[in-house]
Amino acid sequence: MDTTFSPEDVKFQQEVRSFIHTNYPNTLRESIGNKRKKGEELTKDDLTTWHKILGKHNGWSAPGWPKKYGGAEFTPTQKYIFEQECARSECQIVMPFGVNMCGPVVYTFGNEEQKAQHLPGIISGEQFWCQGYSEPGSGSDLASLKTTAVREGDYYIVNGQKTWTTLAQHADWIFCLVRTNPDAAKPQEGISFLLIDMKTPGISVRPIYLMDGTNEVNETWFDNVKVPVENLIGEENKGWTYAKFLLAHERAGIAGVARSKKAIERIKQIAATEMSYGEPLIQDPAFIRKIADAELELTALEYTELRTLAKDAAGKGPGAESSILKIKGTDLQQRITELCMEAVGYYANPHTGTTLSNEYVGPDYATNLSGTYFNFRKASIYGGSNEIQRNIIAKMVLGL
Amino acid sequence: MDFDFTEEQTLLENMVTSFVRDSYPWEVREAIVKTEEGWKPENWSQFAELGLLGVPFAEEFGGLGGSVVDTMIVMEQFGKGLVVEPYMPSVILSGGLITSLGSKEQIDSIVPTIISGETRYAFAHSEPQSRFDLFDIKSSASLSGDEYILNGFKSVVFGGPMATHLIISARTSGEQRDKEGITLFLVDKNAEGITTQDYPTIDEYRASEVVLENLKVSKDMVLGEVGKAYDAIDEVVDKATIAVCAEAVGALQVLKDSTIDYCKNRKQFGQPIGKNQSIQHRLVDMMIEYEQSKSILYMACTVDLSDATERRKAVSGAKARIGKAIKFVGENAIQLHGGMGMVDEYMVSHYFKRATMLGILFGNEDYHMKRYSEITQADVIKITDAKASSIAFN
Repeated sequence: MDTTFSPEDVKFQQEVRSFIHTNYPNTLRESIGNKRKKGEELTKDDLTTWHKILGKHNGWSAPGWPKKYGGAEFTPTQKYIFEQECARSECQIVMPFGVNMCGPVVYTFGNEEQKAQHLPGIISGEQFWCQGYSEPGSGSDLASLKTTAVREGDYYIVNGQKTWTTLAQHADWIFCLVRTNPDAAKPQEGISFLLIDMKTPGISVRPIYLMDGTNEVNETWFDNVKVPVENLIGEENKGWTYAKFLLAHERAGIAGVARSKKAIERIKQIAATEMSYGEPLIQDPAFIRKIADAELELTALEYTELRTLAKDAAGKGPGAESSILKIKGTDLQQRITELCMEAVGYYANPHTGTTLSNEYVGPDYATNLSGTYFNFRKASIYGGSNEIQRNIIAKMVLGL
Repeated sequence: MDFDFTEEQTLLENMVTSFVRDSYPWEVREAIVKTEEGWKPENWSQFAELGLLGVPFAEEFGGLGGSVVDTMIVMEQFGKGLVVEPYMPSVILSGGLITSLGSKEQIDSIVPTIISGETRYAFAHSEPQSRFDLFDIKSSASLSGDEYILNGFKSVVFGGPMATHLIISARTSGEQRDKEGITLFLVDKNAEGITTQDYPTIDEYRASEVVLENLKVSKDMVLGEVGKAYDAIDEVVDKATIAVCAEAVGALQVLKDSTIDYCKNRKQFGQPIGKNQSIQHRLVDMMIEYEQSKSILYMACTVDLSDATERRKAVSGAKARIGKAIKFVGENAIQLHGGMGMVDEYMVSHYFKRATMLGILFGNEDYHMKRYSEITQADVIKITDAKASSIAFN
């Protein structure tokens, strides 16, 4: 057992650290910092600037991709270190839709033209992607989706509605699951995987405002949208296979351990600053116990992730423990946002930075902590709800 | 970065696994715990032959020079077999105190006898009022010529009935709850002035109450410096706590696996009860608790234990987290076994009882949460920069 990094990995860690130090723009840090403080939404520039910088540096925007597709081809340990360093320096995350989801599907199942057309833009951050999976009637039961694509000559005519489309308002492209064979024996067998240009006539995006007032997600409507057949990935009606492949990729790094660690540090700082019973809140046995509880869960999860990583690095494939990363990781994010909100007492209440009030009140660190708490209820719902995750583990791991 | 065992460690693991499989099947174990002695001395000889009694000791004494990872390996397998022979109290705990505090002469003369199986020590330390506080000691030792005279009462001494010798703590100075002033003494268990009351525990191990009445101990038998034993006790008990965590993880694995098996086989309403989602999700949560326990055990085994603060934080963190898992996995194992879970004849209740008692040993969840919290709340910086930004996950 050895939880230290090899000299090469330590060198890599220093390289990443110094790259971030030199290249992460202060203007971006300020721009994002100000908006976070005020509870304002990030702009497309805020979301893509760091991605674009990484994209110019040996494919670092796509840590897991093979070099031949322009990625960094990091080892599992390097990926872990890279993620840890980015979290440590509170870098804006690279949006996962292109890099973690669509890209791997394109380079694994796409043809040469598709690879040439899409991979460079995903790496560089010039092409902003969104995900067309969920529909109003198809959440956990994704295979019941109804959006249709009917072949007419060199085009598919797409009709239907996708929902929960994260950041569709910024997207240049959407990857979609569509039904190409309504008569297939099983619902999974009639689904295809299409790439659609968001500028195509007939697509409309309507914002959905979440309970914290943000417009993270949207409804995306397709009204006789003409999609060239060249945009079909792989074979018609084989889309479910690609979709499952994508979901497995999506789960990588979903535990968010490094970011949660940083966030717990933050709660402790807030709790050392806020007062309760005439003493710093962090001295309150009830509150410190909650922090300690979250911290220990995170420590255990960190080692669970490291165990997964070690197996992965040794080429043994992820074991049973990998499947718990999503459940526990999101559970912790939710507990952390809850503790943050709890720590600031009454200053959880003000909802500023809206059209109703641009006047900020209370300490800066308290702004929008309740908004984050409410927003993060999403974490146990998205990416396959945590109940669905338990179903998967019960079947695939426990053999029930 | 890896969690693999070395070749030697894999051999060790295989050896202990075979012992548990071949010499400790359930019926044999059941027979052992029902004997008057409550353990099987032949097993101890076998441990000696296999070299298990030397795992934590230096190679110059015929030991294996093992680390906490090596003792973890042994204890995890013992946890899977509910092995009742007093390995932790004697080899890890008492052996650890002797090597940590003993003079060269003491180590040279005692350690080989532990490794050969000739002697077994038990640590007579806790007292009825001390609960989990390792410094709360009322028993007294006063110097009279070349001898100390010991008086006091030691409670729930694990492995006491099987011990040939005791390591007894007593106060040579200071007040009841002072960390200074605690001294350890090496004593033959048959010495005049020691009265023991031996008894079985709820999980079928054995322990003793020990009464000290004018027990005379020669000055030469003081272990370590007079009045300065506390730091070593704290450290050695921490390492023994890792062993307890490992044993618990072994027991939890059996509880989890046997419950999954039971739910696959037990049929009600025409199908296995494991087909019900409410049961499936509970089993998944048991699995998660087990994996998280194993992970935090690995954490405790791989941190730098030479740094006292880091060690305390890691050990208490692991024990607290595993303590929580013990309750969840144990209680649900019984629940999902239904009536069968309640039955003495069926093994799951025995694993539940052992795991629960391990949850108490060297401090329960609350005790270790407090100890962990005190460390983790120190050194936190107040936010002085009013412009400090808010929290961000994405």
